Amino acid sequence: MADEDFAPPPPDLDSARGPTMAVSPRRTQTHGSAPQVARAVELTLKIRRYNPEVRTDPWWDEFTIQADPTERLLDALHQVKWYHDGTLALRRSCAHGICGSDAMLINGRNALACKVLVKDVAPKVTVEPIRGLPALKDLIVDMEPFFAGYRRVLPFLINEDEPPNRERRQSPAERERYDDTTKCILCAACTTSCPIYWGDDEYVGPAAIVNAHRFIFDSRDQGGDERLKVLAERTGVFKCRTVFNCTEACPRGIKVTKAIQEVKRAIMFDRL
Amino acid sequence: MTTFHAYDAVVVGAGGAGLRAALEASKQARIAVISKLYPTRSHTGAAQGGMCAALGNVEEDYPEWHAFDTVKGGDYLVDQPAAIVMAEEAVDAVIELEHWGFPFNRTPEGMIDQRRFGGHTRNHGEAPVRRACYAADRTGHMILQTLYQQCIRQNVRFFNEFYVLDLVFAEDGRVAGVVAYELSDGEMHVFRAKAVLFATGGFGKIFKVTSNAHTLTGDGLAVCYRRGIPLEDMEFFQFHPTGIYKMGILLSEAVRGEGGIMVNSEGERFMERYAPSIKDLAPRDMVSRAIYQEIKEGRGIDGQDYVYLDVRHLDPEVVETKLPDVTEFARIYLGVEPLREPVPIQPTAHYGMGGIPTDLEGRVVVGPEERPIPGLYAAGECACVSVHGANRLGTNSLLDIVVFGRRGGLHMGRFAAEEDLPDLPRHSEADIIDMLEGLKGSTGGETVAAIRAELQEQMMDLAGVVRTEDTLRTLKEALGVLRQRYADAVVQDKGKVFNTDLMEAVELGFLLEISDTLAAAALARDESRGGHYREDHPLRDDDHWLKHSLAYREPDGSIRLEHKDVKLGPYIPMERKY
Repeated sequence: MADEDFAPPPPDLDSARGPTMAVSPRRTQTHGSAPQVARAVELTLKIRRYNPEVRTDPWWDEFTIQADPTERLLDALHQVKWYHDGTLALRRSCAHGICGSDAMLINGRNALACKVLVKDVAPKVTVEPIRGLPALKDLIVDMEPFFAGYRRVLPFLINEDEPPNRERRQSPAERERYDDTTKCILCAACTTSCPIYWGDDEYVGPAAIVNAHRFIFDSRDQGGDERLKVLAERTGVFKCRTVFNCTEACPRGIKVTKAIQEVKRAIMFDRL
Repeated sequence: MTTFHAYDAVVVGAGGAGLRAALEASKQARIAVISKLYPTRSHTGAAQGGMCAALGNVEEDYPEWHAFDTVKGGDYLVDQPAAIVMAEEAVDAVIELEHWGFPFNRTPEGMIDQRRFGGHTRNHGEAPVRRACYAADRTGHMILQTLYQQCIRQNVRFFNEFYVLDLVFAEDGRVAGVVAYELSDGEMHVFRAKAVLFATGGFGKIFKVTSNAHTLTGDGLAVCYRRGIPLEDMEFFQFHPTGIYKMGILLSEAVRGEGGIMVNSEGERFMERYAPSIKDLAPRDMVSRAIYQEIKEGRGIDGQDYVYLDVRHLDPEVVETKLPDVTEFARIYLGVEPLREPVPIQPTAHYGMGGIPTDLEGRVVVGPEERPIPGLYAAGECACVSVHGANRLGTNSLLDIVVFGRRGGLHMGRFAAEEDLPDLPRHSEADIIDMLEGLKGSTGGETVAAIRAELQEQMMDLAGVVRTEDTLRTLKEALGVLRQRYADAVVQDKGKVFNTDLMEAVELGFLLEISDTLAAAALARDESRGGHYREDHPLRDDDHWLKHSLAYREPDGSIRLEHKDVKLGPYIPMERKY
């Protein structure tokens, strides 16, 4: 998608953002010594910080490090945390894009820090927490509202029939019908890229709809009507304005907007 | 301030084993699941290729063949009753997941499709068999999602981002609960419970190049070990042959299951020499050693320490649809297009066969006589039942977590329904508060990251694919030095809110404990078996070593080793050839 299609962040959702926010001076002191890198490039990380134990409003810090260009941005953030400022807080686990812990706003776009390479952002990168969920410390946000939205769509197979002794049959074509939305890792990159979600915390958001889609279009599921009822509500799928931010943000390549459209159509034409 | 909770039972860890145990136990008891992560971040989600069960959907297959392969693959250190139970219950476990909505790939007839995997053979080694049930190359992701979905449906109570740091016993020796640290606000929690099941996963972060998540620091093992529980078979660690060069990110064995091959600098498919019958689908320990040997003899690519994984001869449609994630990993992290170029790979630290000793019901058992600790359970990678022996076969970990997660949860649920809630000793959280304050108050000059990096490097060099008495003695000395440095490690973050700096320091303490047990057990075992290869003792020695090792922590921090016999069964140990 072209840059101009990307919806800009709303100007006034967060009064602490903007040009008046002070940037702390570049830090040079180190804490221990970072490993030497053979073919390093210089990378400056401008990181939006927040720590309620230190001050009430967020601030910016900048760190300049030497990093291997083929490393992940997550590795660079670790270098900052491990050798420059141990107070930097972020979530991470698998480090290769499958656990969904490290969704961040990277140069203005949502992505997983472990799927962005240093060479693609050097010499300077801006890192902020994902938007629309309350920041708790630095890059860590409160995920509870996100998972609450997920739980609202009944994200589990509903089938009240007595199961057969063996597997239920499902043709490869039926299996293919919902394949794309099974890839979701619940990282919240889509939901927190959505301008509607930023402005309306009642909206279940794209990730919840993706997970509803995964069951609504599964031939074994009987809970479609129940889910569609939830999604037809005021807080459901018709909040979507087809901005496509979610599709662009998804690190798993899920066609999120398409999935949302399919759910809308299922409601409008009352069929699955 | 400490908050107190009371449950019939608690599960520690929310990966596949923990969630499956929670689903089973919650049928009979009031339970809580405590995890240092959000459940869907657990490393079960990173498993790729499949889960074996002798469904026989696409070709003839029997659980007995699966049990044999598991025993042989584990180089006869497997407790055979455990392997037989797992292979027999595998079919029901797969069907249960299907009924819960698991999106298996399907055959044209709509049945669960199956594919080949390393070490899984027809009729006791004749040829590779199609036994692995799968969802593209995200089978673990789908298991984790499916189990978590069922937990939501059953209203399982979760405590997310709580680090369990201690295990508490009542005066009569029963388990009484756990002590946990809440990450978001730094407060202590004591969970009083009749039973505790550890399902905290692996500890691959003791090594430099690993497929494991940053969070896989062996917490459950170390917590138990510090309270006197032995760790079993810690010398057996699996190196997966096909990790992305330098980064260690896993490229599934399913790549070879679908027909991919490995080649050396001469373009030779070298596995034909090492395992003539099943070639690239030999068990992982053998393939990793073969790669080591090729590199040692100068046939690494460009003389370097890697070889190629090649899929260019496969149908691009198969690569794109059945292996989409690993294909993307190669593109993103190596800048290599697998459809046109071979992919640089090297062995990556992947899976600990050892762990907290348990019986078939998930009960933690101590000593050669296997005395159960009332109320204490373990399942999954942190446990050792021992179904993987000296080398786990691919797909058997996903099977292990659902089969033994269920069995542990079932027994624990019954136990908790019948027992009274034990009294907690007073101030059961005091030791942990002292430990955390000690770490926060340290004024030494060492950094956690530097010590950890050194540990991982030493472990990789001295206790990796190949070991000798010399390397292991050197390692023991190095570990002693690292432990002294750890005493001077400084935690920069003195706060209470999301103090991940402090938790990384705690985790490093766990990694050091576990590394000690691995080094001690590996030094004692002067034979080669499965994932433990001693260049100075290259042969298996069944006369002396057909037994498990048990490492105990003595009060002064030193290690005492015991041994217990392998439980044999229908399969007579023989030379392992493929």
